[in-house]
Amino acid sequence: MLPNIQPDLNLIWFIGVGILFTGYAILDGFDLGVGALHLLTKTDEERRLMINSIGPVWDGNEVWLVTGGGALFAAFPVVYAAVFSGFYTAFYLLLFALIFRAIAIEFRSKQPMKWWRNLWDASFSVSSIFSSFLIGIVLANIAWGVPLNAEQEYAGNFWGLFHPYSILVGLLTISLFMMHGAIYVVMKTEGDLQKKISSWINKTIIFFIICYATTTMATLLYLPHMTHYFKAHPWLFGLAFLNMLAIANIPREITHGHEFRAFLSSCAAVVMLMAIFGLGMFPNLVVSNPHAEYSLTLYNAASSQKTLRIMLYVALLGLPLVLAYTVAVYWIFRGKVKLDKSSY
Amino acid sequence: MDVLLLSRIQFAFTIAFHYIYPPLSIGLSVILVALEAMFLATKNPVYQILSKFWTKIFALTFAIGVATGIVMEFEFGTNWAVYSKYVGDVFGSALAAEGIFAFFLESGFLAVLVFGWDKVSKEMHFFAALMVCLGAHFSAVWIVVANSWQQTPAGFHIVGEGMHARAEITDFWAMVFNPSSMDRLSHTLMGCWQAGAFFVLSVGAYYLLKNKHVQFAKISMKVGLALAVVASILQLVTGHQSAVGVSRNQPAKLAAFEGHYETGPAALHLFGWVDEQKENVRWGVGIPGLLSMLVHGNPSEPVTGLNEFEKRDRPPANFVFQTFHGMIAIGIGLILLSLTGLFFWRRGTLFSHRGILKIFVLSVLGPQIANQLGWFSAEVGRQPWVVYQLLRTSEGLTKSLVESQVWFSLILFSVIYVMLFILFLFLLDQNIKQGPAEEEQIEERHYA
Repeated sequence: MLPNIQPDLNLIWFIGVGILFTGYAILDGFDLGVGALHLLTKTDEERRLMINSIGPVWDGNEVWLVTGGGALFAAFPVVYAAVFSGFYTAFYLLLFALIFRAIAIEFRSKQPMKWWRNLWDASFSVSSIFSSFLIGIVLANIAWGVPLNAEQEYAGNFWGLFHPYSILVGLLTISLFMMHGAIYVVMKTEGDLQKKISSWINKTIIFFIICYATTTMATLLYLPHMTHYFKAHPWLFGLAFLNMLAIANIPREITHGHEFRAFLSSCAAVVMLMAIFGLGMFPNLVVSNPHAEYSLTLYNAASSQKTLRIMLYVALLGLPLVLAYTVAVYWIFRGKVKLDKSSY
Repeated sequence: MDVLLLSRIQFAFTIAFHYIYPPLSIGLSVILVALEAMFLATKNPVYQILSKFWTKIFALTFAIGVATGIVMEFEFGTNWAVYSKYVGDVFGSALAAEGIFAFFLESGFLAVLVFGWDKVSKEMHFFAALMVCLGAHFSAVWIVVANSWQQTPAGFHIVGEGMHARAEITDFWAMVFNPSSMDRLSHTLMGCWQAGAFFVLSVGAYYLLKNKHVQFAKISMKVGLALAVVASILQLVTGHQSAVGVSRNQPAKLAAFEGHYETGPAALHLFGWVDEQKENVRWGVGIPGLLSMLVHGNPSEPVTGLNEFEKRDRPPANFVFQTFHGMIAIGIGLILLSLTGLFFWRRGTLFSHRGILKIFVLSVLGPQIANQLGWFSAEVGRQPWVVYQLLRTSEGLTKSLVESQVWFSLILFSVIYVMLFILFLFLLDQNIKQGPAEEEQIEERHYA
């Protein structure tokens, strides 16, 4: 007799939501990184090149966040409700920052005045850094634990979200996106701007490594629950090792002029980090602290099996299409960015 | 003010502001497909220049539509956590489908549409316009399906009790094709087409009045008018079907539309003022029996009145009455205007009659206001329920919400949206004043 294989739909969607947010981190990650580095460039042409390097793709990248949020709502409505209401102020600030980034990109080059462009340049950069920081703050807090009650809600106190660990993860997120964004710009530009950004890559890597090492130590010391799964499955430690190899590979590829490979290494580093975070959290989606029994897991916070199954069909049908035209769009806009009449 | 009222004000404000943009971009996407198709068919560069001009404006509305749209997705969770848990299982799948099928399609091909003029062939560019148009329409499909499920829930059962009760899906297709979704979808889409069509007409008429970009203005007006006539007349049909659906599925809402308290034959008012204390319509002028006629096909057939519902289950009748009648008045005005335009077009005086051109310049406001009023009457008419007869709006609120938090977000939204709106109008004005690329250049190229 054949074994009756029932796929664990909850597990599939735990991974599915993870994939969507990882897609967001890889794609909008470099947009936010480009924004973070934006004010370090000086001339108007350099800044236009920076913005136009992400010009055709940034809002498609943001769709990964929208879809990730939608999938979280659909697959784990209890998590969606608890996190979005609990992090009320933080999420609205993130929203406002993302709105400011969008309008800064859209409006900056529409007027020639210097004050106008400086204003939107600052807005673009500050909102990118602030968005990255807040994303880190939120991730740190769901791992650190929030005071959930029996109703699965959490009365959020905005300033309570900020403690040394969450600030550290906020900085880690900024540093990761800066490194990722710098490599992206090097891949998309040429000439002086490329040389300039190229010389920053090692600095961003060092900034990242400092943040990463400190965060890892803090996690091992203060968040032992994030290590359980790795203790039970020691071979998974290989992920952390691969992550380091990917990072170490970046300067090597840059020196050899293999910009695309350097970018792929950076993408791999983002994937490893997200995987480490996901495995550390497993099976929790939101850790409850101090009442660990109220933690939201992939089983107690999920939609019905029927909904998870329908969503799986939707995803299996839709994802190949999404990947096909994402690849198509990146292919059409491959190569070095050039300013023309339709540019920002 | 309490948290509930503040949250409702915030939701109403953010959704109303958001809804300025999607109808414009959905309507404009149809115009863009038409213009690019004409370019492919005739190879006349005028159409391409015109597509480029409208693409810029499309991209502007789309960008603000996305930025303000993400807000809506967040707001379900932030202010309406209980509601989110209640409905998550049912229309989570609709929202996820919207993300996967609509948003990716739209944003991916938008890049080709806006930045790809020199990078892809003109056939591919037309295909991109078509896909953006399709994506824009898909997004309307899923969001209207989700909203319609709140009006007429179907394909679900209730699991759990009290705080932990939630709707779980039993039949996906029954949820998608719930009793009101298709009527409301067609009604919504026609409203979007009208918004795009009258916008294009308005800009075209403005150029003709200023005697600028004449050739472009004429083409824009012709394309816009064709769409306006079709959408405005179809709007009468879809509006009628929606009203019949409301009479069947949401009798309290229908009664509020007309301030109808006593069950019996019902009039259709031209205007009036509903006195909710005295439970009648003051200063009302209406045609007796016409509502009965329209929804049941018989002027003496009784229509359920508001008195059949407990006071706590009634929507605020006067608000619903006024918004509903405002929408209808504008809708009829738009039909008359588009037919008048057609008449002048056939007589050959559409482009020279300054009076009608001035009306067309202002007509852009018509669909915008009617769309807002229509949604206000649909959503307020569903009150006090957030999910009709299952979950009250007051029950859907986040339990842990604090007044100061909502004041904070509401004030910030007000400031940012006012700023955003001024910027939008400013850039729109710039784009319109700048106009399509210089005409002489194209004519030279065309004749060379």
